[in-house]
Amino acid sequence: MVSPVPVLPTSAKPRSAEFMANAKAMQEQVDLYLAMLQKAQLGGAAAARERHIARGKMLARERIDNLIDPGTPFLEFSALAAHGMYGGDVAAAGLITGIGRVSGRECVIVCNDATVKGGTYYPMTVKKHLRAQEIAAQNLLPCIYLVDSGGGFLPLQDEVFPDRDHFGRIFFNQAQMSAAGIAQIAVVMGSCTAGGAYIPAMSDETIIVKNQGTIFLGGPPLVQAATGEIVSAEDLGGADVHTRLSGVADHLAENDAHALAIARQIVASLKPRAAPTVAQQPSQAPIYDCEEIFGLVPADTRKSVDVREIIARIVDGSRFQEFKARYGTTLVTGFAHIHGFPVGIVANNGILFSESALKGAHFIELCAQRDIPLVFLQNITGFMVGRKYENAGIARDGAKMVTAVACANVPKLTVLIGGSFGAGNYGMCGRAFNPRFLWMWPNARISIMGGEQAASVLANVRREGLRAKGKDWPLEEEAAFRAPILAQYAEQGHPAYASARLWDDGIIDPRDTRRVLGLGLAAALNAPIQPTKFGIFRM
Amino acid sequence: MFAKVLIANRGEIACRIIRTLARLGIKSVAVYSHADRDALHVRLADEAVAIGPAPAAQSYLNADAVLQAAIASGAQAVHPGYGFLSENAAFADQCQAAGLVFIGPPPDAIRAMGSKSASKILMAKAQVPLVPGYHGDNQDAAFLADEARKIGYPVLIKASAGGGGKGMRIVTKPTEFDAALGSCQREAQQSFGDAKVLLEKYIQQPRHIEMQVFADKHGHVVHIFERDCSVQRRHQKVLEEAPAPGLSEALRQQMGKAACDAARAVGYEGAGTVEFIVDQAGTFHFMEMNTRLQVEHPVTEMLTGLDLVEWQLRVAAGEPLPLAQAEIVAQGHALEARVYAEDPDNGFLPAAGTLSFLHMPAQNAGLRIDTGVTQGDAITPYYDPMIAKLIVHRPTRAAALTAMHAALAQFQIAGLTTNIAFLARLIESPAFRAADLDTSLIEREHAVLFPKPVPLSDTYGLAAALYECLQASEPNPEAGRNESSPWTVQDGWRIGSHAARALTFQAEDRQIDVHAQALGQGEFSLTLKGVAHAAQGQILPDGILRFTLAGHTRTLRIVALESRRVIFDGATIFYLTLLPRLRWASAERQETGSLNAPMPGKIVAHLVAPGTEVAPGTPLLILEAMKMEHTIKAPGGGIVEAFHYGEGEQVSEGVELVHFKPNPAPQK
Repeated sequence: MVSPVPVLPTSAKPRSAEFMANAKAMQEQVDLYLAMLQKAQLGGAAAARERHIARGKMLARERIDNLIDPGTPFLEFSALAAHGMYGGDVAAAGLITGIGRVSGRECVIVCNDATVKGGTYYPMTVKKHLRAQEIAAQNLLPCIYLVDSGGGFLPLQDEVFPDRDHFGRIFFNQAQMSAAGIAQIAVVMGSCTAGGAYIPAMSDETIIVKNQGTIFLGGPPLVQAATGEIVSAEDLGGADVHTRLSGVADHLAENDAHALAIARQIVASLKPRAAPTVAQQPSQAPIYDCEEIFGLVPADTRKSVDVREIIARIVDGSRFQEFKARYGTTLVTGFAHIHGFPVGIVANNGILFSESALKGAHFIELCAQRDIPLVFLQNITGFMVGRKYENAGIARDGAKMVTAVACANVPKLTVLIGGSFGAGNYGMCGRAFNPRFLWMWPNARISIMGGEQAASVLANVRREGLRAKGKDWPLEEEAAFRAPILAQYAEQGHPAYASARLWDDGIIDPRDTRRVLGLGLAAALNAPIQPTKFGIFRM
Repeated sequence: MFAKVLIANRGEIACRIIRTLARLGIKSVAVYSHADRDALHVRLADEAVAIGPAPAAQSYLNADAVLQAAIASGAQAVHPGYGFLSENAAFADQCQAAGLVFIGPPPDAIRAMGSKSASKILMAKAQVPLVPGYHGDNQDAAFLADEARKIGYPVLIKASAGGGGKGMRIVTKPTEFDAALGSCQREAQQSFGDAKVLLEKYIQQPRHIEMQVFADKHGHVVHIFERDCSVQRRHQKVLEEAPAPGLSEALRQQMGKAACDAARAVGYEGAGTVEFIVDQAGTFHFMEMNTRLQVEHPVTEMLTGLDLVEWQLRVAAGEPLPLAQAEIVAQGHALEARVYAEDPDNGFLPAAGTLSFLHMPAQNAGLRIDTGVTQGDAITPYYDPMIAKLIVHRPTRAAALTAMHAALAQFQIAGLTTNIAFLARLIESPAFRAADLDTSLIEREHAVLFPKPVPLSDTYGLAAALYECLQASEPNPEAGRNESSPWTVQDGWRIGSHAARALTFQAEDRQIDVHAQALGQGEFSLTLKGVAHAAQGQILPDGILRFTLAGHTRTLRIVALESRRVIFDGATIFYLTLLPRLRWASAERQETGSLNAPMPGKIVAHLVAPGTEVAPGTPLLILEAMKMEHTIKAPGGGIVEAFHYGEGEQVSEGVELVHFKPNPAPQK
């Protein structure tokens, strides 16, 4: 009989003034985020939405709701993409992406929102589309493209067309994924013009909606300009043409509902997914209320919370088998389950020292050895600096952890629950380290270093420069010098700025962390875990 | 006592006999047809022997196969149960010849009581009171019509070799006599292989009261009180109870004595039942004697605490009756309800199908359930569609009725139509409560027993919607056994919100649209007809939905059978169909009017010639199924273009029987 994994204790004092103040501060940040989200999730302007509905079409989100299994979750990615960019009215970058269950299978869904700028591709739209495809490729998830788009946004063609990770990459990915056996299914529910025509054409199976979907390389105006031929959109590339004459599409649908029903049938006919390589146990809710996270996270960023309090509100039964609890204590590592899936958790509990980095590397090796997915809870200002630490080789030890993180082949999921600064971001599986998913809490901040530190570093450099020229630097001038730096870091370090630029897969309500991680783990385990080969650990 | 007994039967009675055998330490041998290879009686028995294909004639009625099974298994005795070979004197003879004990009366007693007409002559000699009638051999239609006139209408025509209500016709007017006689003779010929009929005075408002008798090989005969089986439909018993309400002790003694006299007159041994018809004045007449264990024997067992199967075994083994008449004591009131797969709203038409869901109340000293099925079993058209017998025993009749009603409310079946709700209405009906009994009770109380369907209350629509939201979606088998993936949670979770869900149910009379919005923490806002209802609930481990609507917490059972949602509120069942979310218009096939088989069966007769133009309601053909004749009638005026199946052909459920071209609708 194995003795049960211990339950984490808590020292939360929900009635204390500090707890309530924290909760209020977090609630404000969450409310702010939810307000942005609500606006983005509306899609285009009211007039555009009404026009769309008047044509008998479902709105983009309705299409997704009706494609996925009834009532099941939709794990939307980067809902705030393009937030505050391009004049601020390209809601969600005009493209909704995410994972949903279709006929019992987790699928990546990529859905144009034609009510937003006609569904055209802005640079962030392209980035979002490619990121969704990357998620599909990494996790072996079938792709369903609900196409209703006017193609590339012409005024920004230099940012959407020519480069490697631009529009063409969508089709490259489709071909590559199809080759890898990842189903590519397109549902043409509106226009698919020019380059966009290749989305259905490159798919394994394509559905097109009668009197609604069109596919052509050049639309009627271009045809007339090029050859003088006058032809209607329907005769040029409508549903009837493509299912009867050209063979570009395979299934003719009466309307959106019919098209989605066919898509569901197609997914149901796919070959079964691989059996998961981890043993799932029955899910068990944490014993502590996840609402308490709000009061536990300090409103004052200089204060810290014992990260075990957060873990206790995320993992099954609040049970946590801690590893090396007495060593390198600024990094908490240990085993737990989330929604029944085994995970190894790596969580910051202060600044990283050599010992914490060594412990992290050791723990990541264990997880890679045992095929246990890794969850990183980032709240890190960086690695310790100073002569003592540099001389002792903290860079060498930090590199060991970074190597371990970079090479570990188990699914890695990262949540930024506080600060994410400097090399700490690398060691804790930041975006550059290919976590399967990366989410931010609304209170999280991300930058190369804190705004205060950046301002000080830059002010020091300038002060030294002035002193070398024998000049004095009055305090008020220094303050004026520092202010824009602080403002810049405050703006650019904010999750909304990060999420707008796809540095993450979205901001989440801290209370949803457990659910989001569970959904992400279940999705990630569609891909069998591959063996890990680590690089050189500098000794 | 025997060491091993073969049960030449199936279903609940086989199970019931096995139970007593097991208690007495006697090994049991079951026999089974191909259709019953996984049946409960096969599972319960110590040994089981296959005796043939599904049709009873080739298995349970196949005396040679049953005998072979008994000999091969080394059984010393054969218990025939009821039905099948239980009243087959030739089979009893064969058993004796093969050195097996037939657990029942001597073959001659079976023969004596087997012919209705012969038995009446015997009974008349034994001074057992009889109903006036003609029991002779002259089967000439004109002669019989004349006899009927002499007896005086109303008159009953019965198959001489019949039983169990089959082959029986009531004739109220001389003009109906010829048609009824023909139909009765046809049914008699089909069911019993003998078209001979007898005539009897039809006693109005009669009660059916029967006496349980027992006799041993040592000349002892006792009666074990009566059972009132007046509540019948289509001449088949629905409810049976004891004591018979209002029966005086004096009359009970007289009837008991008459029953014992009847048994003695034929040299009876073992368990038998003497059926009497009792008019409202309390005059009783001998109807027939059933020379076997009766379906409703548990009523007597509950009333007296005796085990009649044990008595049968002891008598068959040559032991004297365990008790003398004076030692047999009745206590309290026992009531049995027969749960059938049948449709009371459709003339009690037998229903076949799978018991996709079966929940029975828990048994205890005052509640007994005799059944031969478990969840997942099928009720096939090959055999009797009885699902179970529910028997309650309480100190008083009123308490028994209350207990029965409560038990029926917990007897829940989905997958086929049953009479449970009908039984509950019957128990509750003022006429039955007041013991205002006669065999016409069900027809007489039609208005009470067949009320207009209660319109489905919105509460059920809301509960069904909540049930959908609380269910996990279909798990993905490849994602692991017992998948508990967060992807299966149906609360519409989205980043930062919950998506509303539109649920559309089709009720019999209308479409119910519910807009379900999860609010988190298991709470939902359900909007129906523009009104939002705060709702929360949970599905309990036994599948019951406990839900709170407007501060009122209740429980219902909802069972999902594909798109169907079966809602059990006590004994009442409501059906909803969850319409697919994705619906689109497609060209509907033009219905030209077809007539389909309501159940699997055999075409007995075409009643009109192809090409005939018929009026609405004209009988077109007769289908025999579940041992009954069903007349298929014209749904409207039109032309019978063709019959798709010839007379004598077997048809499956749902097949089109007639190509019928309806007349065009009249122009307005």
